[in-house]
Amino acid sequence: MSTFDWGVIVRALPFLWEGMKISLLLTAAGIAGGIVFGTMLAVLRLSAVRPLAALAGLYVNTFRSLPLILVLFWFYFLMPLAVGRPIGALPSAVTAFILFEAAYFCEIIRAGIASVPRGQVLAAKATGMTSLQVLRLVILPQAFRAMAPVMLTQSIVMFQDTSLVYVITLRDFMTAASVVANRDGRVIELYCFAAVVYFAICFTASLAVGAKSRRTA
Amino acid sequence: MNYRWNWSILFQEPYFGWLLSGLRWTVLVTLCACSIGLLLGTAIGVARTVPSRAARGFGGAYVELFRNVPVLVQLFLWFYVLPELVPEGWGRWLKRDLPLPEFWTSIVCLGFYAASRIGEQVRSGIEAVPRGQLSAALASGLTLAQAYRLVLLPIAFRIIIPPLTSEFLSIIRTSSVVLTIGLLELTAQSRQIENHTFQGFESFAAATALYVAVALVATFAMGLVERRMANRGFVARGSFAP
Repeated sequence: MSTFDWGVIVRALPFLWEGMKISLLLTAAGIAGGIVFGTMLAVLRLSAVRPLAALAGLYVNTFRSLPLILVLFWFYFLMPLAVGRPIGALPSAVTAFILFEAAYFCEIIRAGIASVPRGQVLAAKATGMTSLQVLRLVILPQAFRAMAPVMLTQSIVMFQDTSLVYVITLRDFMTAASVVANRDGRVIELYCFAAVVYFAICFTASLAVGAKSRRTA
Repeated sequence: MNYRWNWSILFQEPYFGWLLSGLRWTVLVTLCACSIGLLLGTAIGVARTVPSRAARGFGGAYVELFRNVPVLVQLFLWFYVLPELVPEGWGRWLKRDLPLPEFWTSIVCLGFYAASRIGEQVRSGIEAVPRGQLSAALASGLTLAQAYRLVLLPIAFRIIIPPLTSEFLSIIRTSSVVLTIGLLELTAQSRQIENHTFQGFESFAAATALYVAVALVATFAMGLVERRMANRGFVARGSFAP
């Protein structure tokens, strides 16, 4: 066993930071797009129009039984076909993350909507609001507040999952670490460093989520 | 969009065989990982609820450690880093002499990861058992170990079967990560078929259908387990007539 050389990490830091920016970008896109699209799916799943509800249900259940890696492969293959010319790995990864996470956010938001007492809806309707207004002004704000801790936890999971873009050689933090590890022959240092960084970020974030949900509870 | 469909490719050799072999690896890895995860996770869940402060601290640290590091990183640590850190003889054995190193690494890695999640379910199951049960068990002369084995765990497991089902489903999905160390499970095989034939639609659709089918079978099987255990076990939902 050779001795540890932590200098290799210091020298690789700018390169790793470029990777971390991709990881954060994917997470942000997944959260934003996933929540918007997931909310639409949740409303559809609860809609009175049966075929729409069934379609949304099929979407959610299918995506929730697929590995993220398979979804990444799907879009890495589909996107160039759909656009008609080769595009980079980043747009297909972003699309895959949004569509995949939407299925999970949909179920979280659906649970949030179900937690809003029925009387609220009836009262809002009685004051003359339209269905869309009831949804926008009464149901969704309460649903989001109730589900905020779960959505944050899901976001932490998603941040960890961005490491899987390794399979389509998109250079996120994990892939960058692996590139340096193989280039410099420093597997131990780089993978341990990656583990420590991910742990520090995710553990801090989950502590913050825990503290916040205890305060609001 | 310009695409030549050819669904028959899926039923030609060698591609049909690749899909089947991939499915077999996915199922095998999932079953082994779930077994390890269930055993270890039970131990972790119990550790988090016993009176000993040290055991609770260890259980908590285990869960946080394995839950906050991505599975891919964990897998690379097990596969690339561990053989370098152990004594040289063991490292050589891990790298050279162990047959199917990808498989053993995969089930150990996924098993330890699953244990952190299953441990949390077991803990919440134990905490959901009414406190009087433990007091009554201890008062009737059972030791703490007996109380866990005969009273708390049997009730806790019945309570947590539904969340446990979704943990198992999540391990099926997560198992695809092992393709990164060269184990050709279902996702890897569908990718390989795409590379060979350029029929991406067909190969990924086949993998999609198979994953959905596996998830349905697993859900159905866990439903059977739930009903079987509910019948002869703990008094629940009106099955008890005074």
